[in-house]
Amino acid sequence: MDDIKEYLKAERSKEWRTELRKSKKAKERTSLERALMPEADPNKRNKNIEEVNKGLLTEVALVEASRCLDCPNPTCITGCPVGINIPKFIKKIETEDFLGAAKVLKETNTLPAVCGRVCPQEKQCEANCFYTVSLKKTPVAIGHLERFAADFERNSGKMSVPEVMESDGIKVAVIGSGPAGLACAGDLAKFGHEVTVFEALHEIGGVLKYGIPEFRLPNEIVDVEIDNLKKMGITFKTNFIIGKTVSIDDLREQGFQAFFVGSGAGLPNFMNIPGENYNNIFSSNEYLTRVNLMNAAKSDYDTPVFSGNNVAVIGGGNTAMDSVRTAKRLGAERAMIIYRRSREEMPARVEEVKHAIEEGIEFMNLHNPVEYFANKDGRVNKMRVQKMELGEPDASGRRRPIPIEGSEFDIDVDTVIVSVGVSPNPLIPSALPDLKVTSWHTIEVNPENMQSSIPDIFAGGDIVRGGATVILAMGDGRKAAEGMHKYVTEKVKAN
Amino acid sequence: MNKIIEKEYFSKNVIKLVIEAPEIAHSRKPGHFVIIRVDNKGERIPLTIADADEAKGTITLVIQRVGVTSSKLTDLKAGDTILDVAGPMGQSTHLEKVGTVLCAGGGVGVAPLMPIVKGLKEAGNRVITILAARSKDLIILEDQIKEYSDELIVMTDDGSYGKKGLVTHGMEEVIQREKVNMSVVIGPAIMMKFASLTTKKYNIPTVASLNTIMVDGTGMCGACRVTVGGKTKFVCIDGPEFDAHQVDFDQMLQRLGAYKDQEMKAYEEYLKMHA
Repeated sequence: MDDIKEYLKAERSKEWRTELRKSKKAKERTSLERALMPEADPNKRNKNIEEVNKGLLTEVALVEASRCLDCPNPTCITGCPVGINIPKFIKKIETEDFLGAAKVLKETNTLPAVCGRVCPQEKQCEANCFYTVSLKKTPVAIGHLERFAADFERNSGKMSVPEVMESDGIKVAVIGSGPAGLACAGDLAKFGHEVTVFEALHEIGGVLKYGIPEFRLPNEIVDVEIDNLKKMGITFKTNFIIGKTVSIDDLREQGFQAFFVGSGAGLPNFMNIPGENYNNIFSSNEYLTRVNLMNAAKSDYDTPVFSGNNVAVIGGGNTAMDSVRTAKRLGAERAMIIYRRSREEMPARVEEVKHAIEEGIEFMNLHNPVEYFANKDGRVNKMRVQKMELGEPDASGRRRPIPIEGSEFDIDVDTVIVSVGVSPNPLIPSALPDLKVTSWHTIEVNPENMQSSIPDIFAGGDIVRGGATVILAMGDGRKAAEGMHKYVTEKVKAN
Repeated sequence: MNKIIEKEYFSKNVIKLVIEAPEIAHSRKPGHFVIIRVDNKGERIPLTIADADEAKGTITLVIQRVGVTSSKLTDLKAGDTILDVAGPMGQSTHLEKVGTVLCAGGGVGVAPLMPIVKGLKEAGNRVITILAARSKDLIILEDQIKEYSDELIVMTDDGSYGKKGLVTHGMEEVIQREKVNMSVVIGPAIMMKFASLTTKKYNIPTVASLNTIMVDGTGMCGACRVTVGGKTKFVCIDGPEFDAHQVDFDQMLQRLGAYKDQEMKAYEEYLKMHA
């Protein structure tokens, strides 16, 4: 930790940074207003899949970058799960060295264009920004700037491929190609290991592809980042289910020395209420996978999807927002969120909720479904909801929802999307009987290096956390890569 | 990319494909299935593995033409490729010696039944197999099933081959005649429902292999959910085989029809384009 502090200090003392700080008075910097993200027109965008956030214009990004005070103690970095050198990349932008800024980002972040779009910065770096903490002002738009630098680099056609050490021929495997796996693979490749990523689906990217919709994270952006990983020498194998297609033992025999399990929280939760298995009631995973991964909404693709007129999405997380906004885009007249707590407890990002409201999404907070009804074909046509009130805070620190007896009423619906969380994917744990798992079926790891109870198996992301964010998964992947690097180096030395 | 090594017509609409898939051929056990996607606009569908040849690195699938995807598949020729084949998925069949096992296969359900019949025979059971279909041209794999069955009974609804009558009649006859310790039924959901009701009357433990709608096949989407013993189960990871007496077949039938209208419309368009 001290090493990092020293490193940051030395970086900050470089002449160009010192000069830049002097070039403008702090008061001048703090008097500037935070840049606003340009957005597509809500009434147009809710009928198509174009990206909602348009990205900052260069001149706006320059001004925003100049707001950053380049603090001696950059607390913003402590809020970043992958430890990006935030002031350095922002100051690179201020000097108009945009490619340099992108390079700084990629030192610690495999997927900057993704994180600039989907990270909850308001809870991480920006929450720890000097503006937020001490000045009580709106923070520097770190996320918008990250996206700006990453997009600039991509559009410039001059993508820098991170430097990798000379190959040491040590074979390592990454299971799952979501954010945890990609971050882990990127760092393992930097260490000079021979990395193979195994993916169960036919596309690389995990939740970035099947889960997060095009209007929030275009697939093209994910593909460019994956291409970059390929250029670093990483091999990708799709349609490959570890524990099924081949076992971990098979891979050990093939010479793989260590494994990273980033298989995600693939198992959708249902509420187990009457009628939940009627047709047109989906998990958000199913609904989003059909639309995002299988292109079901496009007429020339074979996968069908039911796009209803009265769509209810149960839940208040980002996945619920993604689902309800997708339903609106597929033509729903009424697309609503049914959430058992209030706006305040909603786990979704502030931005997602704001965008959803602008797009005409209805919010029925403090309501919970208790039963579904169907027509004679078994298609849902009505749901019974119960009103809720908030009691004392529960284990999560949020106020517990309490049902109000006798408050039930019915709503007409023709599609219901259940988005009440996910559980860890059981495929890997069930294939490894010796692997220690928690009572929540997540894999138990040493938080220092992400090593599991089986020494050559490491894990991270939702299979360990049970349902978190892209960036936390990436942080785990990086930490595990370091742990694996140490593990395989020692193992090879010992032999 | 998985190459088709061999194609055989069982009948006009039922074909067998032998596909290159060395890892799956190595790992698969009776009861397992694969998810396939024919081309980059295709959907993902589950198909139970009918056979495999580890030495040659191939698996065998049997497909009946019923809609767009099955038509795309059955229109492929030897030498063509299938874009994605992933597996083997699901839990394999629990095979042990129990005594006499009555196996019943309906239509193309005989294909997934084949490795189970073989496995049960090899485990030392007396195996009686009933092959049932609407008519003679839909009876498949008769010789192969015969090889591993102590007795084979063929039944057709219209009497065009074997005995005339429904699969349940054949099952009743066997059960009346001798002690049956276990039953395995695989075929259309409606056939499994009635076959299961038949064995339930006699308290014969029965296994059914369910072929529901799936997208990913790894537990991720929940499209395949069924009610078994009052609890929601995912066919892809908990199954595909379940205690048939606990399965809510009526719900399963309803769920199989979830996209009926879209499927029919898409198939009509496909037929028009390929006429």
